[in-house]
Amino acid sequence: MAPAAIPYHQVRDDLWRPLAGASKRYTLTLVLLSAIALWGLIAWGYQIRVGIGVAGIRRPVFWGFYLVDFVFWIGISHAGTLISAILRLTDADWRKPVTRAAEAITVFALMIGGLFPLIHLGRVWLFYWLFPYPNSRLLWPNFRSPLMWDVTAISTYLTGSVIFLYLPLIPDVAQLSEHAKGWRLRLYKVLALGWTGSDREWHALERAMKLMAGIILAVAVSVHSVVAWDFAMAIAPMWHSTIFAPYFVVGAIFSGLAGLILALTIVRKTMRLESYLTPHHFGNLAKLLLLMSLLWLYFTFAEHLTVWYGNEPKEMSVFGARVRGRFSPEFWAMVVVNFVVPFVLLGIRRLRSIRTATIASIGVLVGMWLERYLIIVPTLSMPRLSAAWGRYSPSWVEISITVATFAAMAALYLVFSKLFPIVSVWEFEPHAQEEE
Amino acid sequence: MSEQTQHRWGMAIDLDRCTGCQACVAACHAENNLAVSDPASAAKGRAVHWIRVDRYYEGEFPDVRVKYRPVLCQQCDEAPCEPVCPVYATYHNDEGLNVQVYNRCVGTRYCGNNCPYSVRFFNWFDPVWAEPLQLQHNPDVSIREGGVMEKCTFCVQRIGRAKDDAREEGRALRDGDVQPACVQSCPAEAMVFGDLNDPESKVSQWARSGRSGRLLEELGAKPKVFYLERAK
Repeated sequence: MAPAAIPYHQVRDDLWRPLAGASKRYTLTLVLLSAIALWGLIAWGYQIRVGIGVAGIRRPVFWGFYLVDFVFWIGISHAGTLISAILRLTDADWRKPVTRAAEAITVFALMIGGLFPLIHLGRVWLFYWLFPYPNSRLLWPNFRSPLMWDVTAISTYLTGSVIFLYLPLIPDVAQLSEHAKGWRLRLYKVLALGWTGSDREWHALERAMKLMAGIILAVAVSVHSVVAWDFAMAIAPMWHSTIFAPYFVVGAIFSGLAGLILALTIVRKTMRLESYLTPHHFGNLAKLLLLMSLLWLYFTFAEHLTVWYGNEPKEMSVFGARVRGRFSPEFWAMVVVNFVVPFVLLGIRRLRSIRTATIASIGVLVGMWLERYLIIVPTLSMPRLSAAWGRYSPSWVEISITVATFAAMAALYLVFSKLFPIVSVWEFEPHAQEEE
Repeated sequence: MSEQTQHRWGMAIDLDRCTGCQACVAACHAENNLAVSDPASAAKGRAVHWIRVDRYYEGEFPDVRVKYRPVLCQQCDEAPCEPVCPVYATYHNDEGLNVQVYNRCVGTRYCGNNCPYSVRFFNWFDPVWAEPLQLQHNPDVSIREGGVMEKCTFCVQRIGRAKDDAREEGRALRDGDVQPACVQSCPAEAMVFGDLNDPESKVSQWARSGRSGRLLEELGAKPKVFYLERAK
């Protein structure tokens, strides 16, 4: 492990360096990304003003890109919490430079993913009707609806993952507040919560993090199960499947890992953290990605085999459209980028490198987006009564908003990495490690 | 209240009589203030028809037979659309009707996805009527704003009207007092509507017919629309 060989003051300098100043390239990128994100907001505003009909969704495909994006981003959010919680609980020492970057992805991906159920609402200005608030007419939301489970699960998950990101940030902001000036000083001071670094505080932090790691693990699994049940609870062909919850959880961790590897590659390059994020880390993450790829293939195979063997006509319509019909280009592209590419690039040891792991990750991100598209759209295009079949293609509004969320994610990440060290500093401190 | 819960509304449609003339579709549009779509949005799948006539073809050309099946909300007893609504905008009333509360709907469209019969429609925009169509609105039926779901109500406004009339005349509802617009306008008299709780009502008799069956019955949604057709 490289950082062990680096003296602590050097570590601190290296990790704090990206916080100071902003290069021209940084500013330019941030402005560009914000402009794209703003364009998405304008598109959303236009949709609210004119009506949700400006999107391409139509009967019978009532859910389109927005729900695909929703599942995709909630999946990405599993990068952080789940991976970092598992690694923390198993005391995997190599996790240290990875966890903060992962936990930040979770928070931002959830903020973005959580927007989509609102974006897709017909009357978004009434979104608060989904919350159980006291009202004079004694109206109560319907807790039998998987959408209510969503509201509950995602708000719990967002709260939990903010705490999970924040807790290990406290010692870092406390250190930073000793050296910062101006508004940064005020920011860090508030966030440090008067941290002094006493033994009592370290113990409390350690216990809180262990506890949160356990809780967040359960919450993360439950969240993506609930997202899966949005579909599995419906009796639509190829949605009504018992395998969906674990299938979605596996897919979420899979895409989350890919998102993490991509983010780490960019962070490593742009912040010159080559001696912290080493080929060793990428090797470990790549192996995890390969494992998830195989698990994903196993689930996908099991799901499709059961449907094919059962040969139920309504399900076979959807199955056929996916495997050899009009959705087959997307289907086979998904199999290639989700399985073939990672299997070759990461399974063959000679080929496994930071570069190939990044390439595979980009492929997996595309593939997992396609997977959600293939789950949602073919089923809805082919309802049980064939007279009602219909086709869906997205409008510029849906495409704009989809693209904008990727820009927004990158912009949020850029801002975060300018405010806080993207690699946890204190975990390299010899003293702090003894406390563990 | 006791009088209300007596009823269990249902419909029966004789497919062997149906000529596919679409009079029911036109009548429903007029009765229920359905938005009229332009050809472009209709081609996009945005047209709203609470009742539609599905066409199924049998045989090989030139020996082809076409079968028509009017499909409307089946008013299921175990409606798949109901439990998935997060705000109770769709629920079961005590006469077994599957009711849509437009003012409560926030537009998740989940009910539309979970309806096996694809009979739920969404208002993609605020509705507009080309002059002078706005003058023929039915005052008994509300206009739905953009962003909410809608579907066949079994002409619930006519059920209410018939009950009021019966109460004023100091008598009980008789079979045939309630006629939804589609039933009333069917020139082939292929549709009947009435109370399934009353074993003597016409709809109950049709429902007991040997030719009677229900659409996608295997799903167990217990629809209250019966289709009569010759066995093959």
